[in-house]
Amino acid sequence: MSRLDDLRGPVPARAHDARAIAALAANPGCARRSLLDAAGVDKDAAARHVGFPAPFGQSQFAITRGNVFESLVKENGCAELLRLLRELMGLPIAQVGYQDVENVGAHLRASHTRALIDRAARESEDSAVFYDHPLLSLRIAGQTSYLEPDVVAFQLGGRFHVVEIKSFSVIDGQAEPEKVAAAARQAAVYVLALRALMEELGHDPERVSHDVVLVCPENFANRPVASLVDVRRQLAVLRRQLARMTRVDRLLEDLPEGLTFSLEPDADGVPTRSAGELAEALRRVPARYAPDCLAACDMCMFCRDEARGCGSTDLLGRQVRDQLGGVSGMDEALGLAEGTREPEEGQEEIARLLRLADRLRRECVA
Amino acid sequence: MSALTALARLRAMREGVAQRITTVRHCHVSDRPMVFVPLKMAGEAAAPLGAMVGTDPDHPRLLVVPQPRNRNLRFAFTAELAEVLLPYVEGFQKRTETVERKGGEPYERCLEAPQVLVPNRPAAEFTGLLGRSTRFRRVDGPYPVHPSVPLLGRWLTYFADRSRQPGSSLLLAATEALGTHWATGQSALEDANLAALLGWIDPPAGTTGRRAAEEAEDPLLWPPAGPATDPGFDNEVLAPAVQAYEEAPTDRAVERVAEALRTQLEPTWRLMWRSVELLRALPEGSRVAGRWESDRGSFTRFVERIAEGGPPQARRDGAVSAAARLAGLERARASYDVQRAYDDPLVMAEYRLTGEAFAGVVTAVEPEHFEGEGRSRKLRPLVTVRTEDPVRLAPGAAVGSPERRGHGAEVVEVVAVSGAGGVPGGGTGGAGGGTVEIVLKVTKGMGRGKTPAPGAVPEPGERVCYTSLTDDFQTSAALPDPEETPWTHGGPPEEYVPGDDDAQEEWE
Ligand code: SF4
Repeated sequence: MSRLDDLRGPVPARAHDARAIAALAANPGCARRSLLDAAGVDKDAAARHVGFPAPFGQSQFAITRGNVFESLVKENGCAELLRLLRELMGLPIAQVGYQDVENVGAHLRASHTRALIDRAARESEDSAVFYDHPLLSLRIAGQTSYLEPDVVAFQLGGRFHVVEIKSFSVIDGQAEPEKVAAAARQAAVYVLALRALMEELGHDPERVSHDVVLVCPENFANRPVASLVDVRRQLAVLRRQLARMTRVDRLLEDLPEGLTFSLEPDADGVPTRSAGELAEALRRVPARYAPDCLAACDMCMFCRDEARGCGSTDLLGRQVRDQLGGVSGMDEALGLAEGTREPEEGQEEIARLLRLADRLRRECVA
Repeated sequence: MSALTALARLRAMREGVAQRITTVRHCHVSDRPMVFVPLKMAGEAAAPLGAMVGTDPDHPRLLVVPQPRNRNLRFAFTAELAEVLLPYVEGFQKRTETVERKGGEPYERCLEAPQVLVPNRPAAEFTGLLGRSTRFRRVDGPYPVHPSVPLLGRWLTYFADRSRQPGSSLLLAATEALGTHWATGQSALEDANLAALLGWIDPPAGTTGRRAAEEAEDPLLWPPAGPATDPGFDNEVLAPAVQAYEEAPTDRAVERVAEALRTQLEPTWRLMWRSVELLRALPEGSRVAGRWESDRGSFTRFVERIAEGGPPQARRDGAVSAAARLAGLERARASYDVQRAYDDPLVMAEYRLTGEAFAGVVTAVEPEHFEGEGRSRKLRPLVTVRTEDPVRLAPGAAVGSPERRGHGAEVVEVVAVSGAGGVPGGGTGGAGGGTVEIVLKVTKGMGRGKTPAPGAVPEPGERVCYTSLTDDFQTSAALPDPEETPWTHGGPPEEYVPGDDDAQEEWE
């Protein structure tokens, strides 16, 4: 689709990681993000160029710890992982194969993954195999997106489990709920992608289990512990959100002629287009800012600034929005509350509530 | 969130400064709190980097772990923390009062209790994890620690547990305490940044809350309040300093790490004391002292438990104690909500908005109204209140009033006077708009005489508020004793006796 290439400009496209997709599903209504992602625009670079860098740094301490833990689990052909799975699922596996898909060049990985999975699904004898770094794909808003999972797929007797290795700790059987939730959302993306692949290959998608294996350090040590996480609920949400997303081709129809987010660099590596031009182009595509964006999307500072500029109640979060019954402007809501603005049709009920709230507040705060 | 708070947030957004959402303070603020600002190493569950701690705003104690991966240095840190925290906690144990109770032995309760203040919820959680990683340690055998370490662990665990109890003030997270009293013009997510939150509440002269909050998001101007550190700081400042210590563990190397951490901790330290001042400046709600009394009682029981040589808190609750704990938390939450409403007209306004409470003017009183005949003849004064609130109370509903303790009444009827609002018990009314008159009969709190005690029944013309919220919850849910835990819930728990594994647990 060359229109998308025009949007990106003559720079290589960025692949999605599952975190991006899980976050995308958290805000399916945002056309700006859909387009930027579909075109493979480097959102982080775009945000920096327009002067609103995303506040997502990573500490080297955290990176080191994550890497150390992951290699501990995976060393010697995932020997430690095998031990954990045996215990967790009571599997009588004596031997396990290990296939690192990363060893074939990047351009071959997708087809290599397909071939491996297909073969495993066909043989379905009692062999057990780990597939490290599989490259999966998923149709998002009518576009194929490639996923580079940080996971291992485990196959036994033709049944697959997604294994996710995370370095947050499980202490006395409990981990931080937000972290587990984020891991489950990500794992659901992989399950969905793996199921899509199975279907394409003519196998039963249900052979990919909705129970994913989460491997984390236990207590305060580096020793890994595995647990099964049922991601059926996350899968349902993800499917619903993906279905709700406007198709990218529809979004493209509404775009002005010649619009581009190109970050084409000059000889010094600086984008040739001015920050103002890029910001202008970004503003032509509607966004749907929510405070959740601050944790999920590279464009968040830019979009927040824009929402501030127009006094949007989106800034205050969904809980407030829910109370305001869909009134989207600060001035509008306060006007209704203070009686300086007549409610439009359908707004009578919320206007009455806001006016009452305003009267009660004035009564109490003299 | 209620429409009232939503409105306050909108106002804050327009005015550029936070808006009060209470008229009084709902937490206790000690005369001598201990502020504790811990930092943890990124990527680790409970590896301390350092902390600023103390009771004197001008003299914080800086604790530092020059190599956070080193187990011995971590224990040295906890021993140092114990040196500060334990004497503080012990200072409250000596002076007690005797409390009489109905149908029970009198008991002793500490006159005052410690109060620990941390910047935010993650800091409270980290306090708990620090407690968890130290309370089972032993002073002998392999990996011995200083005797103060396991004791510190039990106290940290206690404070962290207690902070999950609604209405308790033994350990407060500053962002939560402030957020209970003020609404800002940003989202709840952004309110978790202490510097930004304080920027909205108390902007420096000459700037708006919005500007101050924006500035507060720059980690170079305002380092995060912890326990997580700024990744930029980790990579550019801390990592090289730790590396230098690794290569040559000299005093100078320690000093370099200490200086680095000081730059990250000091701004938060000042914000913490600013928070204390702001909270102190609010008038205290009348039920705060009662809740603090429960805190003092809880503190006293924990002191006794330690003195009696009880074991450290278990790793996990058994089925019955977990259920009891949950039930207890729910009761505490409900009771705290009701108490706040009774203490604070602005909180009560939320219930007026939903029709569970109403305020208005007394239009008629029949103080000597009786009900029943002969021996069962009872004094039941009638009071009529006119209100514009959207009342949703049906006849028969029991109500109480914040103006009179021990006063109780029952709704007799609700009569529409004008407008559309206030159909009793009905789903209409909505946000109100009409005037209604509510006839109440007083059932409690008017004395035993033939006429009501003076002041017990409102006078005509008086402004009153009534609500169906009450604070008389059952004291305990019907749960079996732990010894009688059904087998479906794992049977009676064995008392948790920490073993060698606990004491020697790795802390990498
Ligand atoms: S930050 Fe902006 S582009 Fe990204 S999801 Fe939110 S609104 Fe859309």
